[in-house]
Amino acid sequence: MLIRKPADLRYSDITPKQFYVNRRRFLASSLAFGAFAGAARAGMKFTDVKKTSYNVGDEKITPLEAITHYNNFYEFGTDKSDPAENAKNFRTSPWTLKVEGEVAKPQTFDLDGLFKIAPLEERIYRHRCVEAWSIVVPWTGFPLAALLKQAEPTAKAKYVAFESYYDPKQMPEARGTGINFPYVEGLRLDEAMHPLALLAVGLYGETLPNQDGAPIRLVVPWKYGFKSAKSLVKIRLVEKQPPTTWNILAPNEYGFYSNVNPKVDHPRWSQAKERRLGELFKRDTLMFNGYSEVASLYTGMDLRKNY
Amino acid sequence: MSKLVGRILSSRWTKVALFAACLIPFLLLLWPFYKLLTTGNAPELTANPVEYITHDTGNWTIRFLLITLCVTPLRKIFHQPKLVRYRRMLGLFAFFYVCLHFMTWFILDKSFSVSDMWADVLKRRFITVGMLGFAMLLPLAITSTAGWVRRLGFAQWQRLHRLIYFAALAGVIHYYWLVKSDVRLPLMYGAMLAVLMLYRFFIWKQVPATPAPRSAATTPRTASLPD
Repeated sequence: MLIRKPADLRYSDITPKQFYVNRRRFLASSLAFGAFAGAARAGMKFTDVKKTSYNVGDEKITPLEAITHYNNFYEFGTDKSDPAENAKNFRTSPWTLKVEGEVAKPQTFDLDGLFKIAPLEERIYRHRCVEAWSIVVPWTGFPLAALLKQAEPTAKAKYVAFESYYDPKQMPEARGTGINFPYVEGLRLDEAMHPLALLAVGLYGETLPNQDGAPIRLVVPWKYGFKSAKSLVKIRLVEKQPPTTWNILAPNEYGFYSNVNPKVDHPRWSQAKERRLGELFKRDTLMFNGYSEVASLYTGMDLRKNY
Repeated sequence: MSKLVGRILSSRWTKVALFAACLIPFLLLLWPFYKLLTTGNAPELTANPVEYITHDTGNWTIRFLLITLCVTPLRKIFHQPKLVRYRRMLGLFAFFYVCLHFMTWFILDKSFSVSDMWADVLKRRFITVGMLGFAMLLPLAITSTAGWVRRLGFAQWQRLHRLIYFAALAGVIHYYWLVKSDVRLPLMYGAMLAVLMLYRFFIWKQVPATPAPRSAATTPRTASLPD
């Protein structure tokens, strides 16, 4: 799966040169180690990644520098620049992801197992934060549905609960953020089974940088960014709507659904516009972040109430 | 020692140096912003320059308000009446940074739309209270000249300028209401403001209790006069 030869994907046109040169140097050293350990580390190049038609037209892909140095990953600190700094030595190997709950086949995957669930695809998605900024990310991953199908959800399974890794020793910054970790998120089963819902293991053609949720994270492009939980260790199928971190913290501000919706404001700020990182002025926010194909999931629902 | 400090505080050059120092946060924004506009790249301003500039100028507004509020306590505690020479300048720098803060928001966030701005002011309490703080600083900046002290009379001028307490409080609340979950920094600013206000409260409580010194009773309290 992980091969030494650089892929023919070219990001040099959008990535400032010093970054990809640095990454190449880093790649050379990490690959030697990675090959021995048989484990993925941040910054390793994927090969055999299927190009897909999931893209954003002529919208520009956000530079890697912004995607990796402007992060909300509160376990590593609340400043946008904190995760890049504090997640440097985050141990993502060995790693296990448990799938359990209302499933016929509960299972535990290690990283190699996760990479084999389905062919890896590259998908270019818009990513819209609840704080009204956005980026465009070339993710590498596979559909969440592929993993769920392997576990065979039972008839009782109605929701999917996600849990992120938490280790106060590796994440000392997490204390004092006002949040009770581990971070938990959730989706309705039909949302989770939607083809757009992705489990990402990489971006920019390489394994995920630690600060972006290595080694595996959820990506739900039609919902606000905080729904896309990072560094997943547990996926549990459940009968009842699971608790979610930001909803516990401020239920009037962050709902369970949290679909991107320009017409429903956050109580403290407008969601009508967003600032694409790299642009000075704001642009209009699109319903479901431009992914209108998910609209049928919510027919008959009052999205003002189910924010 | 105290005399030396007094001499330094009386020097014109100290004032010039402080003025230059107060401009540093602005220059640290101006230069990268110029780079951003000309080359499209300014890593100093992070990936979201507008947010960074908004937060930085907001932060410096609160800091300068708190520094301004430190002048009187420091002056009294260390018996350095000359300190008051710097108070107006520090207060005006708070006003300078709040203007930058407001302009950044109005131009780059609201794209010059006055109606959008008012909609936000009315709808969002953190913006309401922030605008209130800004509005309170406006008359203080206007009446900061010696001419206005004369026109209003010192007592009235002083009463008006107590608005700074409420402006600072508005600033802290504005910040507190804005953050998502990590309230440590706004709480720290709040604690600093509380200490500065408690000091004033105790001084104020003390004044009627202690009889005025005989000789000072008729002497004007020059130490309280603005520069």
